[in-house]
Amino acid sequence: MAAEPRLTRDDAAYVARLARIDLTDEELDRYAGQLATVLGHAADIAALDTEGVEPTAHPLPLRNVTRPDEPQPSLDRAEVLAQAPAVEDSRFRVPRILAEAP
Amino acid sequence: MTGAPPPGGSALDLARSVRDGSTSAAEVVERHLSAIDAVDGELHAFVTVLHDGARAEAAAVDRAVAAGEDPGPLAGVPVAVKDNLCTRGVPTTCSSRILEGWCPPYDATVVERLRAAGAVVIGKTNLDEFAMGSSTENSAFGPTRNPHDPSRVPGGSSGGSAAAVAAGLAPLALGSDTGGSIRQPAALCGVVGMKPTYGAVSRYGLVAFASSLDQVGPLTTTVADSALLFDVIGGQDRRDSTCLERPSPRCTAALSEGVQGLRVGVLTELVEGADDAVAAAVRQAADALVAGGAGLEECSIPELRHGLSAYYLLAPAEASSNLARYDGVRYGLRVEADTVEEMNARTRAAGFGPEVKRRIMLGTYALSAGYYDAYYGQAQKVRTLILNAFDRAYQRFDVLLGATSPTTAFALGARVDDPWAMYMSDVCTVPSNLAGHPAMSLPFGTDGAGLPVGVQVLAPALGEPVMFRAAAVLEDAAPARTLPRVRAT
Repeated sequence: MAAEPRLTRDDAAYVARLARIDLTDEELDRYAGQLATVLGHAADIAALDTEGVEPTAHPLPLRNVTRPDEPQPSLDRAEVLAQAPAVEDSRFRVPRILAEAP
Repeated sequence: MTGAPPPGGSALDLARSVRDGSTSAAEVVERHLSAIDAVDGELHAFVTVLHDGARAEAAAVDRAVAAGEDPGPLAGVPVAVKDNLCTRGVPTTCSSRILEGWCPPYDATVVERLRAAGAVVIGKTNLDEFAMGSSTENSAFGPTRNPHDPSRVPGGSSGGSAAAVAAGLAPLALGSDTGGSIRQPAALCGVVGMKPTYGAVSRYGLVAFASSLDQVGPLTTTVADSALLFDVIGGQDRRDSTCLERPSPRCTAALSEGVQGLRVGVLTELVEGADDAVAAAVRQAADALVAGGAGLEECSIPELRHGLSAYYLLAPAEASSNLARYDGVRYGLRVEADTVEEMNARTRAAGFGPEVKRRIMLGTYALSAGYYDAYYGQAQKVRTLILNAFDRAYQRFDVLLGATSPTTAFALGARVDDPWAMYMSDVCTVPSNLAGHPAMSLPFGTDGAGLPVGVQVLAPALGEPVMFRAAAVLEDAAPARTLPRVRAT
């Protein structure tokens, strides 16, 4: 088995930002170590010769599925919005997206 | 020696007595609600118990019986539903803080089909958060305990469903199986757990973990109940495009066909790492199939040794994408902040538990620029190697036999600090998910401490009928089951 890859706190912080999770330094250090351990176990497959092998994304051969284009009732809007953390004018409310110009 | 009758009675027997009027659905439901109220404080198999809903559904079944209508094949049978299956107007938490209190605006297809068959949804069961785990210790609402020994885990992630069935709190349960989450807890709790062929059962309303691996399936006390429940929930669904067009083969009819002439392979890679008691049970099960007229040979599929590594790249990668939807906007928890990105990141930090964060981090890393080919791409190619190797094996064999879990139930806390040790719990079950094949675990004896041992029957895609034929013979040959220490009385 190949050596465990080394992951720093900065590496973990980069991944956490991609994943949109606000982690503490203590969590970043812990996950950096644990990710390295799991990736170390995965090194056995990284070393396999897979020349000419097609990747499998899905266990079944997928084909396009169509159905008749008939109107169907949708989910009830009020019922859906009732589950949202913040609503305004029948829409999901979020914090400001566009910043003020600097 | 033949299998002892299960503690809570089989679903088939219950449905028969409700259908012929010798008992009422209301009585059946009251008996199970009382059992839950009596012992679930100790087990914590349920996240939500639906006292009122279950009574109302039972009353509807009794009205149908009284009116001379057909109440369905599961008339009045209480079913425990894993809490990652959507139930309209009833909290569906995935045992996560991020979905605490969320009430879906629709039912999962499998829940609709249960009700159409006359079943009564009695409660929602505990799981490892978002089905990520092998012990049900990753639940945000506290662990479930094993009815055979409450100091031990029930397995996971469908640990609540397995414990509920084992303790007689529900004759039937639904679970989901992404890497063994139905079969491994079934083995550890001494019940029957079955993962169908990928696409045989609709995933509409199953909260997604790893979409190319997830499948809904039954946990039951008997093999016949497993076939019945699978027949009820399976089949095409216009709301799941991956759901197979052909109707699921009817499995109840296959149960009595025996194993005369079947070619059975004992799968080396699914026995070699197992504890002695588990390996001995597999050998004893193999002997039972031979006694039933099957042919037996050893079968080695060395590619399976790479299954766990491939799984723990592919499943987290898919999870990191699927769980991006928990962003604090449309449902569930929100932690307020000045910008959307900060609101997302704080919400997810507060809402997800440690294992879910770990898997999202792992999957995000495996999919990130510079690592995609080495990890995710390579794991997808290993998946091809495993599929091809299974295909070659199934030219020689009708079914394969192995352990479900390398060990029996372990102590609470024993593996929580060592993720890889926990992931090893899944080593015998992940290959069937990677291949999309059906597989089931059934109880076959106990270890030295009296804990249940599960043996696993594997079959090729859509091979459920032949799998059930083997399972029925094994059930008849299995040593008498021990009664759980904590159970309905």
